[in-house]
Amino acid sequence: MKHLLSVDDLSTDEVEALFATAADMHDVQSREVKKLPALRGRTVVNMFFEDSTRTRSSFEIAGKWLSADVINISAKGSSASKGESLRDTVLTVCAMGVDGLVIRHPASGAALQVSQWVDAGVVNAGDGTHEHPTQALLDAYTLQRRLGSLRDRHVVVVGDLTHSRVFRSNVQCLTKLGARVTVVAPPTLMPSGVGTWSAAAGFETSYDLDAVLPEADAVMMLRVQRERMSGGFFPSAREYTVGYGLTRDRLSRLRPDVPICHPGPMNRGLEIAADAADAAQSVVLQQVSSGLAIRMAVLYHLLAGEGA
Amino acid sequence: MPAPEAVPGRESPRTDRTVLDARDISRALTRISHELLERNKGANDLVLLGLHTRGVPLARRIAAKIAAVEGAPVAVGELDVTMYRDDLRSQPTRRAHKTALPAGGIDRKVVVLVDDVLFSGRTIRAALDALADLGRPSAVRLAVLVDRGHRELPIRADHVGKNLPSALAERVSVRLSEVDGTDEVTIS
Repeated sequence: MKHLLSVDDLSTDEVEALFATAADMHDVQSREVKKLPALRGRTVVNMFFEDSTRTRSSFEIAGKWLSADVINISAKGSSASKGESLRDTVLTVCAMGVDGLVIRHPASGAALQVSQWVDAGVVNAGDGTHEHPTQALLDAYTLQRRLGSLRDRHVVVVGDLTHSRVFRSNVQCLTKLGARVTVVAPPTLMPSGVGTWSAAAGFETSYDLDAVLPEADAVMMLRVQRERMSGGFFPSAREYTVGYGLTRDRLSRLRPDVPICHPGPMNRGLEIAADAADAAQSVVLQQVSSGLAIRMAVLYHLLAGEGA
Repeated sequence: MPAPEAVPGRESPRTDRTVLDARDISRALTRISHELLERNKGANDLVLLGLHTRGVPLARRIAAKIAAVEGAPVAVGELDVTMYRDDLRSQPTRRAHKTALPAGGIDRKVVVLVDDVLFSGRTIRAALDALADLGRPSAVRLAVLVDRGHRELPIRADHVGKNLPSALAERVSVRLSEVDGTDEVTIS
């Protein structure tokens, strides 16, 4: 594996291999010495052109626990804010002898573009509304640990699908592992042309959360991405919550063994009620620790071997 | 049996010579089990850690033999040293295996590393590094089924099933029924 740009680039075997390594990395988190020497002497740069807390710090800790040297560059405070092009910023950083580049960018396709400019291994940490492969891997990994296997399990993904890169990557990853996926959103937040895509990728769509929820083996709530909206996607926050929020009432109708995921950050009271976010069946915090394990596994597979 | 005819233009196939069969392996492990018990004066505070891949079933077999003699179970775990290897960058990416310590951990225990073949000693060096991250045993010992020589580091085994002087070009293969469906050690 030279780069991780999309879940689609991974075979099912490669996903399983990453999960096996992640399980090993998970054990490291409970140790007194949380450090492995695997990436000693390697340098990883986290380039974040968009705000992020959990993904950036997760990659930073993952790199450090594998003994890599990690530096963080954010668009604010870097030469990018002076008008330097993405290409020049990336080439400048890579001229310093970087082995791995973790990139988050508001433009869809940015990570793919960067991978064509540099020799370093590139990890897509979210590109616009396109993909977020490590999020999809960590979500599937969290659910697999919880449910045993994802084969024939029904995962319901609810929320702002139009603006969500998490949803795109997640559908690819979950169906790859044999899960049955239904995506639910108001018609205004269902991506146009989803019908053609869903037929090819083998997932279902619905506008009716209450009809789908009773059959769910796992529920994945997505954030309402207000910062990406130009307005007019739903009349009011209240109306969205009534139709598509995981409210206290919907929580009470969910089986207590059905895990609830959310990639964060959560808009409590909008797409997810505090009761659901803090419920015993919520795996939101497990997702964070799984994220670390998955990112360690990804960096290891990308940067440890020959020719990396 | 007549020797296979040499085909012009093709190298003659390597011939495998069996150096230990199933009964030899069983006897060697029985002896190692008794040596361990004698050296440790019983099975108290003993932890057997098998190194992936074939060290793990070997550790389990030794543990079963010790349990049969002592009448009490002995702690067994698995240790993966992939992340600690010094050749990570000169090989294709290796898959990591599971590291699983017994419930009591390894602090203040006598840890016996168990592996199939002792060769350069680099795997054992990596295992010692891994152990240092996992805890602080009171002592670490090494038990191997075969010692084939050619050490590159100052490491030696405390318990050896068979010393097998070999040429560097020769290949020593350990097959165990848990992994390979058969028990034998061959040299080719």
